[in-house]
Amino acid sequence: MLIWTVLIPALLGLLAMVVPGRRLRRALLGLGSAGHAGLVARIALHRAPMPAGAWIGLDAAGLLFLCIASVLFIAVSIYTLGYLGRESGRTVRDAEEGFLIANEPEAIFIGCLLLFLATMSLVCISRDMGLLWVAVEATTLVSAPLISYHRHHRSLEATWKYLLICSVGIALALLGNFFLAFAGRAGHAPLHLDSLTAGAAALDPVWLKAAFIMFLVGYGTKMGLVPMHTWLPDAHSEAPSMVSALLSGALLNCAFLGILRSHAVLTAAGLGAFSGELLIFFGLLSMGTAAVFLIRQRDYKRMLAYSSIEHMGILSLGIGLGGLAATGAMLHALNHSLTKGLLFLTAGQILYFYGTKSADEVQCALKRTPLTGFLWLMGFFAIAGCPPFGLFVSELTILKGAIDAGRWAVGSCFLLVLAVIFVAMARTVLPMVFGYPAKEAVPSQDSLPATAPPWFIGPAVAMSTCILTLGLYIPSFVWRLVSKAALLSGGVR
Amino acid sequence: MTIWTEILIFTLMLTNYRLLATSRLAAMIDTMVLQALTLSVIPLTLAARPWPLELLALTPLTLGVKGVLLPWLLRRGMREAGVQREVEPFLGFSASVLAGIVLLGLSFLITRPLQSAALQGAHFLLPGALFTTLVGLTIIVSRRKALTQVIGYLAMENGVYAFGAALAVQEPLLVEMGMLLDVLVAVFVMGITILHISREFDHIDTDRLSELKD
Repeated sequence: MLIWTVLIPALLGLLAMVVPGRRLRRALLGLGSAGHAGLVARIALHRAPMPAGAWIGLDAAGLLFLCIASVLFIAVSIYTLGYLGRESGRTVRDAEEGFLIANEPEAIFIGCLLLFLATMSLVCISRDMGLLWVAVEATTLVSAPLISYHRHHRSLEATWKYLLICSVGIALALLGNFFLAFAGRAGHAPLHLDSLTAGAAALDPVWLKAAFIMFLVGYGTKMGLVPMHTWLPDAHSEAPSMVSALLSGALLNCAFLGILRSHAVLTAAGLGAFSGELLIFFGLLSMGTAAVFLIRQRDYKRMLAYSSIEHMGILSLGIGLGGLAATGAMLHALNHSLTKGLLFLTAGQILYFYGTKSADEVQCALKRTPLTGFLWLMGFFAIAGCPPFGLFVSELTILKGAIDAGRWAVGSCFLLVLAVIFVAMARTVLPMVFGYPAKEAVPSQDSLPATAPPWFIGPAVAMSTCILTLGLYIPSFVWRLVSKAALLSGGVR
Repeated sequence: MTIWTEILIFTLMLTNYRLLATSRLAAMIDTMVLQALTLSVIPLTLAARPWPLELLALTPLTLGVKGVLLPWLLRRGMREAGVQREVEPFLGFSASVLAGIVLLGLSFLITRPLQSAALQGAHFLLPGALFTTLVGLTIIVSRRKALTQVIGYLAMENGVYAFGAALAVQEPLLVEMGMLLDVLVAVFVMGITILHISREFDHIDTDRLSELKD
């Protein structure tokens, strides 16, 4: 049954590329997201034990990321249906520079969107590092056309960088696969996670370490760890907002899963300290670099992209520390995806209202479009880790994990960077939201209604409710799931 | 057996110099065909006879994808983007060849401690694989045209593939086919992107794609 989480969106996606008729295609998108979510819910409720040695299977970490992807995809597909109704089939004006552009054919966009979901599901359910690699590479290829939905010079540049940098990175991860297989040359089925963890003691430590470095560079490129992050701000700022939401909330998690799996193998082989220290280093480096670029960042979509780099750094730091911090990191992945989804979908609305990505030209959003402005403000407080939102809880858990482990220096660096990022983002976001409209500023968009239609605002409202709930109360099944997922990287029960 | 493996590995190394030395894209694509041919045959010369069935299935597949389909896609991309030559690369052609000599030396140095890991009779395969990977990376960073960078990516991918052969990694056939499919789709998607870039910009010089930055 598990394989249908891949097959349903894949088949519907291929179908969407060939069927004529706009309505039918959009119905396929709705059907794909609803069917996938229903199936994931069913699998999550009735979990069968994993058959040993099978290609696909669902452990706690896989289930967590599969659920995140599925939930986010529903929100995104609702938004997309509204978005396509507004954009599709006609030439539209570029939001930033005002020239006319023809969009990508809708059939390719919807098809790739569904295929994207299929490949991400395959990443989540892979039990074999080789299959995982194939799936991660496939996510790059099917998401590239999504980034250049608006075919203009900026989006094409972003797509090219994304394709080339991520493909080269993933090729290095393939080298990691070969090293890993060679490290376990004595055993059978050398890249299967079960046999790797079971026979971890027999793995050759030198080749295992080399394999981890290759995985960290390869999947780290895809995940956006500094210094391999250069594609990320461009792709996130030029893609349509709902695609950015998927990239940031679901795709980066998939790449993270690749690193998590290899870290788990090293932990099982008793080399967890080696990979953990590397993860802590690259985590802090990513957070610090993101903080530097967030200061004086005037483009609010790029700001969100750098914030994603920061949060990927936090995830890497959390699993590197292990113990309670690893549990916190898993919870953080969930919270970050929901919050980033909320923020990108809201950013798309602001972009539509104001026709600019420059934060300087967006003012008094609370007066101009109250609900969107409110969601934007709320999203900012959530992503900056303020109480009472979910990210506050998970960041606090990671901090507690760092202190429990006696890593005071790491904990204080973590806090310091978070504080810098809070101030930096506040200086960009708060002026966008507050203030009164100047009399003389009469942009053409004033003809737009103050509240966006429900398919734009609905998903964002739903996600904001989720992150608020997760901050106030973590349901026991969520906590069980994240702590089980964290066991992979040496979490505590 | 060994003599054939070594001849093939030296051919692989020489194709890399051809890639570094030429400015004509057509010549580079022809070289890629030769490289694909050597790469798909090397595992056969290394394996003990009778050849396993998986290998027999994989060899024509690899050859078909890397030696026929990919060059066809690249030639089509060349035609549609209207590009014949790599002009004024960041690293000149003779300098590239000199860099190639240094890279080859480095590859031998780096892989020397690992020699015991390689298969019997394939002493030069590990340095050859590393050399091919490094040459691919060099081409990616030192050339301007998007299409040349795709060729660099393929050379790098070939190098990684050669690593797999040198370390005798036996992945299941399904995964191997998935990997080939990924490379094929990657070049297909890159080709389409290059086509759009050439329509939008009237060139495919990636160094002039420099608007997005902080």
